[in-house]
Amino acid sequence: MEKKQLFTISVFTENQVGLLNRISIIFTRRGLNLESVSSSASSVHGIHKMNFTCNSDRETMEKVISQIERCIDVLRAFLYTDDEIVYQEVALYKVPTQKLLDEKDFERIIRVHNARILELTREYTILEKTGHESETQALYELLAKYGILQFIRSGRICITKSPTEHFTRYLEEQEARGKALCGSSEE
Amino acid sequence: MSERITGAEAICRALLAEGVDTIFGYPGGQIMPFYDKLYDFTDSLRHILTRHEQGAVHAAQGYARASGRVGVVTVTSGPAATNVITGLGDANIDCTPIVVITGQVGVASLGTDAFQETDVIGITQPITKWAYQIRRPEEIPWAMARAFYIATTGRPGAVVLDITRDAQVGTLDWSYKKTNYIRSYNPAPELQPGEIISAAALINRSERPLILSGHGVMLSEAEADLLALAEKADIPVATTLLGLSTIPSDHPLNKGMVGMHGNIGPNIATNNADVILAIGMRFDDRVTGVIKSYAPQAKIIHIDIDSAEFNKNVKAHIAIHADAKTALRGLLPQINKADRKEWLATFDRPEKVEQAEVIERETDPKDLGPESPMRMGEVVRKLSEATGNKAIVVTDVGQNQMMSARYSSYTMPKSLITSGGLGTMGFCLPAAIGAKLAEPSREVLAFMGDGGFQMTMQELGTILEYRIGVKMVLLNNNYLGNVRQWQAMFYNNRFSATPMVNPDFVAIAAAYGIPAEDVSCRAELDSAIARMAAHDGAYLLNVNIDPTDMVFPMVTPGSAIDNILINATDKYEA
Repeated sequence: MEKKQLFTISVFTENQVGLLNRISIIFTRRGLNLESVSSSASSVHGIHKMNFTCNSDRETMEKVISQIERCIDVLRAFLYTDDEIVYQEVALYKVPTQKLLDEKDFERIIRVHNARILELTREYTILEKTGHESETQALYELLAKYGILQFIRSGRICITKSPTEHFTRYLEEQEARGKALCGSSEE
Repeated sequence: MSERITGAEAICRALLAEGVDTIFGYPGGQIMPFYDKLYDFTDSLRHILTRHEQGAVHAAQGYARASGRVGVVTVTSGPAATNVITGLGDANIDCTPIVVITGQVGVASLGTDAFQETDVIGITQPITKWAYQIRRPEEIPWAMARAFYIATTGRPGAVVLDITRDAQVGTLDWSYKKTNYIRSYNPAPELQPGEIISAAALINRSERPLILSGHGVMLSEAEADLLALAEKADIPVATTLLGLSTIPSDHPLNKGMVGMHGNIGPNIATNNADVILAIGMRFDDRVTGVIKSYAPQAKIIHIDIDSAEFNKNVKAHIAIHADAKTALRGLLPQINKADRKEWLATFDRPEKVEQAEVIERETDPKDLGPESPMRMGEVVRKLSEATGNKAIVVTDVGQNQMMSARYSSYTMPKSLITSGGLGTMGFCLPAAIGAKLAEPSREVLAFMGDGGFQMTMQELGTILEYRIGVKMVLLNNNYLGNVRQWQAMFYNNRFSATPMVNPDFVAIAAAYGIPAEDVSCRAELDSAIARMAAHDGAYLLNVNIDPTDMVFPMVTPGSAIDNILINATDKYEA
């Protein structure tokens, strides 16, 4: 059995209802737990980009990628390990303000962890930190002793380190195929 | 100015534009606007009212499999939509092009648990190639064109269009254009010359090549190309269950079927081959046996139109991403003429053993007298021969399926329709109805067990209403025979929930006006077959089968594919 590691899966799709479900059930069928999910518009007009992270072995993930790409309205799916991408997550922390005021290390914690204060009220303070999961988790653990009222971490977003944009080239090829077939790239 | 029509009419017109002339269906609340409009199209769109929605979808599958055309189903929402689920799963896994239209509640009621509302898209996404809900009438032409394009191209499959009441009753400006392009979907990838050259080199160098011909050969109608390549390079051909009839049964290079109940020769050859050319098949576990001991000596060349099949179950040394016909036509000129007498001769011994130890026992049981119940193999073989081996054989699932597949002979393509991937009991009768409607000039033989027949026997009503001349053969052992076989072999003869108390099947057929007879012993078989063959129209034979009859050879679950039982106790010794 190949070793498990964290993979990032980036999926470019048409903007169609229900695709997230169609894709996520491919993971579900194999009993794979998604560690994080994020979805947004991509740099190409009308095309969405979904990011998933999942702990698994490469062989399984490659099969999953093929099955994702087989879905109608999925343009391409890519599989990355952490060294192939620049990635970030955002975490928000809500902590009691009084506790923070009483804590002499507070300023140092914020500075060292490069966190930002988004909102400050008498009752609570909302902090924001961007970084890798280990970094947002480290801050979480420091703040935990003051009592965290609420916490949320976003799904992973990423950009590849590759100098060539494989997706853009793929899209151009498909548009050219469309032109050859029906004289226009419109469906 | 374009014409303003209702969505319901747009569905009818789109069906005609896609060349549809037959629909299988069942009306109900949320599809009524369509059914009302269909009344105006009676002359051009033939509607077959089945007796259950599951029957409709299996009939559409039979229609599609027999003809290569797309099968169309129209049903209402809620329970009707959930009743087509089995057929959708079956069609999709067996690459059968069907388009299923379900009615849906009005847009305002979506998500409210309205009467007969169900989340059709959510339920069907995992078992369809595409599922789409139409909320506005203007979407109908676009979605219908896409549905037919997706269902029929590439790896064919099941498509669901969930059409809300609003979309059916609202109006749109009519214009229709068939689709041949979807940006995210390329069903005809360009053949990669590099792969063809390496594959050809591998085949030309090989000493013990084996072709595995799958359903993909039939779907791309590449039977002649398969034969041309096999004959040129003198390569033995084995088929999968769904690949049966891609090469005539009596062709000297046809070495039979691979898999759990396949022929001994090709299963042994699988593990002796140095190259396997797998065409349009997906290395199902019923074909491979335990995967780690599958084809240990072979380099595998895998041809498939669905690239997700490559390396899914078995590692492909060379993957050719194309349909079977395109790939075979690309390969043929690169393949050297060859003579592989020695390799082909290795099939003789397993063939001889299977003939003596398995086939003769089934087809010519000398241990049983004329007054005894029959074995399935002899019944199937006699019926196949009675049609000149030209029938479309439709099977249910279980022993009847394996026996029908094994003991029918095939002289032309598209001659076996069976539920391969899903293994759906109850598939046969409605699928046979669809097959007969698609190919009325061919004899359709429907082989069923007493269990499977009773899962969809309400479709006798469809046969009655539309006078569908299906020849039905009940291989009746008053048991769920395949489960019984496993209980006998692996569960210490504990026949849990497999004996069946059955009704008088002849009386049931009679109630539907279908001539039928009980065939209680061997002495009665020939004359009964003759009477059925002579009858123009539907007919049912209820054949008394020896309940201890079992399907062999058998690769038991968890065994290597060349570890083969020829009866309950003895293994084939190489």
